Amino acid sequence: MTEVRFTVNGAAQCAEVEPRLTLADMLREECGLTGTHLGCEHGVCGACTVLMDGLPVRGCLVFGVQAEGADIRTVEGLAAPDGTLNVLQRAFQAQHGLQCGFCTPGFLMLATWMLEQPGGVDEARLRDVLASNLCRCTGYQNILAAVRAAAQEMGVWKG
Amino acid sequence: MNWVGRRLPRSEDPPLLRGEGRYVPDIAIGARVVRFLRSPVASGRITALRPPAEMPPGCLFVTGADLAEVQPIKPGLRRFNYRAVEQPVLPIERVHFVGQAIAAIVAPGAALAEDLLEACELDIAAEDPVIGFDAALAPDAALVHPIAPGNVAVEGELRPEAFAETLASAAHMVEFAFRSGRQSAMPLEGRGGVAEYDRATGRIRLSASAQMPHQLRTGIAQLLGMPEADLQVIAPDVGGGFGQKMALFPEYPVLVWLARKHRGRFAWVEDRNENLIASAHSRDQRHVLRAGFDAEGRLLALEADILADVGAFSVFPTTCAVEPLMALAEYPGPYKVPAYAVRTRGVLTHTCPMAPYRGVSRPVITFGIERVMDRAAAALGLAPDEIRRRNLHDVFPARSATGMVLDEASYIQALDEAVHILDIPAFRARQAAARAQGRYLGLGLSVFNERTGYGTPAFAARSMDVVPGYEVVDIAMLPSGEVEARIGSSPHGQGLRTTLSQIIADRLGLDPGHIRIIHGDTDRTPYGWGSFASRSLVIGGGACQVAADKLADKLRRGAARLLQCEPSDVTLRDGNAVAGAASMPIAELARLAHQRSELLSDAIGFNLAETGQYDPGGTFSNACHAAIVEVEAETGHVRVERYLVVEDAGRIINPMIADGQVQGGVAQGIANALFEEVIYAPDGTPLTGTLADYTPPTCAEIPEIEIHHLETISDATITGAKGLGEGGSIGAPAAIANAISDALSPFGVDVAEFPATPPRIRALVRGRAPRA
Repeated sequence: MTEVRFTVNGAAQCAEVEPRLTLADMLREECGLTGTHLGCEHGVCGACTVLMDGLPVRGCLVFGVQAEGADIRTVEGLAAPDGTLNVLQRAFQAQHGLQCGFCTPGFLMLATWMLEQPGGVDEARLRDVLASNLCRCTGYQNILAAVRAAAQEMGVWKG
Repeated sequence: MNWVGRRLPRSEDPPLLRGEGRYVPDIAIGARVVRFLRSPVASGRITALRPPAEMPPGCLFVTGADLAEVQPIKPGLRRFNYRAVEQPVLPIERVHFVGQAIAAIVAPGAALAEDLLEACELDIAAEDPVIGFDAALAPDAALVHPIAPGNVAVEGELRPEAFAETLASAAHMVEFAFRSGRQSAMPLEGRGGVAEYDRATGRIRLSASAQMPHQLRTGIAQLLGMPEADLQVIAPDVGGGFGQKMALFPEYPVLVWLARKHRGRFAWVEDRNENLIASAHSRDQRHVLRAGFDAEGRLLALEADILADVGAFSVFPTTCAVEPLMALAEYPGPYKVPAYAVRTRGVLTHTCPMAPYRGVSRPVITFGIERVMDRAAAALGLAPDEIRRRNLHDVFPARSATGMVLDEASYIQALDEAVHILDIPAFRARQAAARAQGRYLGLGLSVFNERTGYGTPAFAARSMDVVPGYEVVDIAMLPSGEVEARIGSSPHGQGLRTTLSQIIADRLGLDPGHIRIIHGDTDRTPYGWGSFASRSLVIGGGACQVAADKLADKLRRGAARLLQCEPSDVTLRDGNAVAGAASMPIAELARLAHQRSELLSDAIGFNLAETGQYDPGGTFSNACHAAIVEVEAETGHVRVERYLVVEDAGRIINPMIADGQVQGGVAQGIANALFEEVIYAPDGTPLTGTLADYTPPTCAEIPEIEIHHLETISDATITGAKGLGEGGSIGAPAAIANAISDALSPFGVDVAEFPATPPRIRALVRGRAPRA
């Protein structure tokens, strides 16, 4: 077992894990943050996308021990403490950007990262980045619409 | 205020958006971990099966021998030469496909369980497997199951008198042989379950990622010979199903058996490889069509020879007949087919079993008949839309060639509207200009109808031992005035909590926010069937309407007593019971009905609970899909430039959710048409065991989907709504294939196999020069 110290959504965490435990499993099982979902565990679907030191990573392709000293952000950190949805989450609801909801946390984290990058977002960039993840329910159209709407509301849309 | 017809945001969404949904893998945390040892060979005899030499404390090894008292899975069907193939929950003697569960390992943690799995001793004397139609139907083929001679598990045939003469008399004959590749429904969340023993009551609670919780409960209790009342099945948040999660998979009875025997909590969450090779597949079919047309392009006779690979077993409760028999019953689709002959066979092979997947056989039969229409149009010199117009049903109710009643619909209007929106002459000009530059554009149409919301009579006609169909809804108004509706349907992404609350809100004059829909828990909901076959909004929604109307009637009688008027004078609106100038809040009425019953009981009895039941005969929604594609002849790459849907699903309860269903369905249909295929090696090894091999499309491949609605209100459903969950996936393979065929017409080739992958398209055009 190895001790790992890191922060998740701003809170300090310490976990004792086997070196082979993935970051996604560590977040789910050791931190109780089950919003990060595992859709394939081989890096294709992106449902487990979280932000690690400001970059989107597949939680299934990073070991928990690699998070030593890292700053992790997960879907649980998006809404206000009272549960109020943020701009992006509201846009997903308004644009019907989710159906079963299983891929949603991964898309939210991927889009969160993209929207925070300098330079803004245009249509090509939107499709290019969101093509990292898979959704089986929506046909993607409303996910794109939701992120587009959030980008507009945040003033970073370069459409 | 009318709530039906509004784009009400989904009440389901906020917890899912906060990462606070509760799916099976979330419930599994902390339980003892179950992993399954799976067969690495397609066919053979088990000669040795032993646990690891060292089993740490707290670990278990379970084989078929331990489950000697557990009955095999044996779904039944009483017609069509059905062979009742049995599937042992865990096999003792033989394995029948790669991925079949053979034994279970239980350990305190996942990593240890997987280590132990690798240390199990398993020897199988491998035999040559039966893979593919040709091998299975060869005269000397080995039998997958001795009970099924010729490897045919189910067989149906219709052949009207003098059919051959009718077909022979046709002025034009179109023959079309084609193949549909095997698919996986591939829900983003795989299968999984958590079974927990409650020591206080002796009951088991199984939380499973399932579409039919009540059937899972009944089925497992029967297999285990346990009291059904001792089993509670919960379908929590379910990460997609698309039909795959209707089945009673063998892993679930193992979990319940473990929980009962060892009085604990046991969880199995499959990985993606298990989902892709060992859950259920679909649509591995081969058809040969012969269609006779008269000189004006009217279809006179259609003959279909259908083969459906059903894999190694028959799934409960739908049976392996679901694909071959749906193809038999529904091939003529929206077209007038005066003479129809068909032979359909479900063929056993040493592969993963087949289960329903969104659209079941309809994407395949729509592909078949729509390709035939285009081939006939080319032969007769007619435009593709014109030949369809000449053959579509236009008087309703109509009767299909197999006796189904086609209710009021808009087959020709949908086609006309699509043609109008597309501006085909402008497209043809653009197509010609592109061809002159060596670019190949094509336009494809796909017209179909979709039998939806069908109840018991339709399923009973199939003669299954388990006949789905009706739905029951228990509705109750609480003393607070809030409403709880308990439904037998079991949504998993369709937004039923929102749409059903809209239906009920209108009947009770309440805000949907005051209406709670309770589902997915056999302890809290009436016996019902679940969400599949584009049925829940039609049948569950119909039952909600019946129940809400009975409750509304009770509320009006109560209000009439208090307001001193006649019940017919009372209307329920905006949260009030109103009679002329007098009114009272419905919530106050509810409080009095429960807590001051002496004022009301002789008018309405002692509570505000009612039950609604609904069991419709079925209704056909319809659509015209159109695709414009560009095919790169050298690489075989297909780009979908435009995708149009003109669809008619009757009254739309929530347009936002309806569009979402269509978009998602079309995306799966495009995936079916261009990208996804489950591939087996000749020795029965699955070659597509990861998402990188199965290649589901991303948002880079799926175009914007343009949707136009028609709303034909037929009297076949009480809400006016028709089902639309499957239509998107039904129309897309044909539309895409017809568009590719149109694009490649200068090469004199067309599409007769899907998915139309780049290698297949390159093979079509190889060695051919385009005509000028």
